[in-house]
Amino acid sequence: MKTPFFIALALSSQVASSYAMEIQGSIGVEQRSFVSSAQYPNQGDHQTSLTFEPEFYWSWNDEQDAFIFTPFARLDSLDSERSHWDIQQAKWVHLQDSWEFELGIGIVYWGVTESQHLVDVINQTDQVETVNGDRKLGQPMAHFSLIQDWGVIDAFILPGFRERTFAGKKGRLRTPWVVDTDEASYQSSAKQKHVDWALRWSHSLDEWDIGIATFKGTDRTPILLPTANATLQPYYQQMWQVSTDVQATFNEWLWKLEALHKEEQDQSYRALVAGFEYTLVGLAQTRYDLGLLLEYNWDQRRLNAPTPYQNDLFIGSRLAFNDEDGSTLLIGLARDLEQMSYSGRLQGSTRFGQHWRLNIDAWLFHSNVATDPLYALRKDDHISIELAYYF
Amino acid sequence: MKQPITTLLYGAALLGFSTMTLADPGISPTASDDEARGLTIMQERKARDTGWQNSEASLEMQLTNAQGQTSSRELRMKNLEVAGDGDKSLSIFDTPLDVKGTAFLSFSHVNSADDQWLYLPALKRIKRISSRNKSGPFMGSEFAYEDLSSFEVPKYNYRYLKEEEIAGHKTWVIENIPNDEYSGYSKLVSWIDQQEYRVLKTQYYDRKSALLKTLVFSDYQAYQVATSAGENKTFWRANKLTVDNHQTGKSTQLIFKEYRFNTGLTDADFNQSKLKRAR
Repeated sequence: MKTPFFIALALSSQVASSYAMEIQGSIGVEQRSFVSSAQYPNQGDHQTSLTFEPEFYWSWNDEQDAFIFTPFARLDSLDSERSHWDIQQAKWVHLQDSWEFELGIGIVYWGVTESQHLVDVINQTDQVETVNGDRKLGQPMAHFSLIQDWGVIDAFILPGFRERTFAGKKGRLRTPWVVDTDEASYQSSAKQKHVDWALRWSHSLDEWDIGIATFKGTDRTPILLPTANATLQPYYQQMWQVSTDVQATFNEWLWKLEALHKEEQDQSYRALVAGFEYTLVGLAQTRYDLGLLLEYNWDQRRLNAPTPYQNDLFIGSRLAFNDEDGSTLLIGLARDLEQMSYSGRLQGSTRFGQHWRLNIDAWLFHSNVATDPLYALRKDDHISIELAYYF
Repeated sequence: MKQPITTLLYGAALLGFSTMTLADPGISPTASDDEARGLTIMQERKARDTGWQNSEASLEMQLTNAQGQTSSRELRMKNLEVAGDGDKSLSIFDTPLDVKGTAFLSFSHVNSADDQWLYLPALKRIKRISSRNKSGPFMGSEFAYEDLSSFEVPKYNYRYLKEEEIAGHKTWVIENIPNDEYSGYSKLVSWIDQQEYRVLKTQYYDRKSALLKTLVFSDYQAYQVATSAGENKTFWRANKLTVDNHQTGKSTQLIFKEYRFNTGLTDADFNQSKLKRAR
């Protein structure tokens, strides 16, 4: 309780003297259109949305202390659940050479693979934002880092839980029954106030970048329970997991591994993603770099896993144009090896002038098996075009 | 899988070296004198640029395409001198605004591949990237990553070619053959100013031995820096680097706005976990 007071004090005492404030951010407009007509009642075929994400940064004490505030909002024409706002960051950061401390709301990324983010557990996924789960919700945390020659120790205390977002009744990319996020239930009697914790050691040793982590608390992935009202109720159980993420970098070869062991309420299981990225630099005497990606996804729960990545091979290709507009193109296909099911993605991005970036994302889904998580998305092939202005 | 391939590449490199050694007896004593002279000059060049410890600079990069259209970007660079190995450098991008906050960390090495990490602020993700890209363009410019990495004597084999005068400066012209199999060049030719051992010009030849680009260093400025030995030493830095690509007609200019030495940077500032703090 003393710390917010200290922040306020430090901030106000600095107003008079020299302190730095910076503002940056982006405003975007996105059009998402679906190829097939909706398969469930009430769903639409097109959605337009506006996004706004400014970032405010104040620093003092020669930038050893800073406060960062990043709100985010999306307004969507179709889906009221996709219209939402979040505080991505609102934190005080104190930096020293050999240790750092942050207090407030923040985002932390763990992991090395591309097809899925298996070990990335600190933040909840903002699922209505992107198909591949890249966007996260801000997580309240006290985060201490110790930076030594033998590696970095990160310790987290995570008070307060963020519920996953799900598309609403009119939205696409959802389960046949709508997930009623107002009806979330918890294993822990503390519900959203359960205090989670996590610990991670990471180190970079020559060609090897290694991370080992443990997390105990509320599972970020809910179990979806059918209700009498033909909706799904998210149930958040308690869990404990240990995980590792490793990348070995040998010239044009990047070898990647993410693996975890997870203890849940009624079961325990293991899962992994392993693969490589091979880069052809200066493809055929051009400026282009072509990366070839292959990743195998495995989950011990096999077909009972609530994820499509239970025995799947991801094949992808990333083209970096190395032009002044920083243009890139990623094409990927995740194919289930057990049943007829796959998802494909195309993600392109380029810049216009100093302020504008254009992102194009296209996804296609195919599944013949009603129990497969991708089955619900089989009519949701779509293309999304986003134009963002940066300031 | 990886072991045989690495071994294979290594084997190929060794084979390349042994062929070169076999070819050596054909070179006349004068030629090896030129090699020794080239090496001595480059050793002195390195000696004169050793001891600056750390520096920071803001710079503007202007890209010009073949049609003469320009675009500009701003970045800041922090450098740390590492005794006995390549330097560490951290680049932070300020514009274009969609990449603001992106940070690039590089540990260059004399005898092995560089270590490189990229911080992507949108995802809060630190990514170790392939060091194979050294011949690739830096930020879409006409500079390759290897052009901006620190000069270390063992990276090349040298040969003194001739003397020449450039803009009133007497220079030695030295041929540099990269030892790194992943270099994008078959050779570099550098014009070294005889007074201060500064590079005034470098020509780059592509892997097919065709002239690829010319880099001109200008607006040299002298900085007095207190070295770790406690003495004051003069270090020269060019405020303007212009590279012209002869094959594409594109060019890039690097304009340094502010060079500062002894800013208190230490090894800790170049830890990869500090990338996400770069501003």
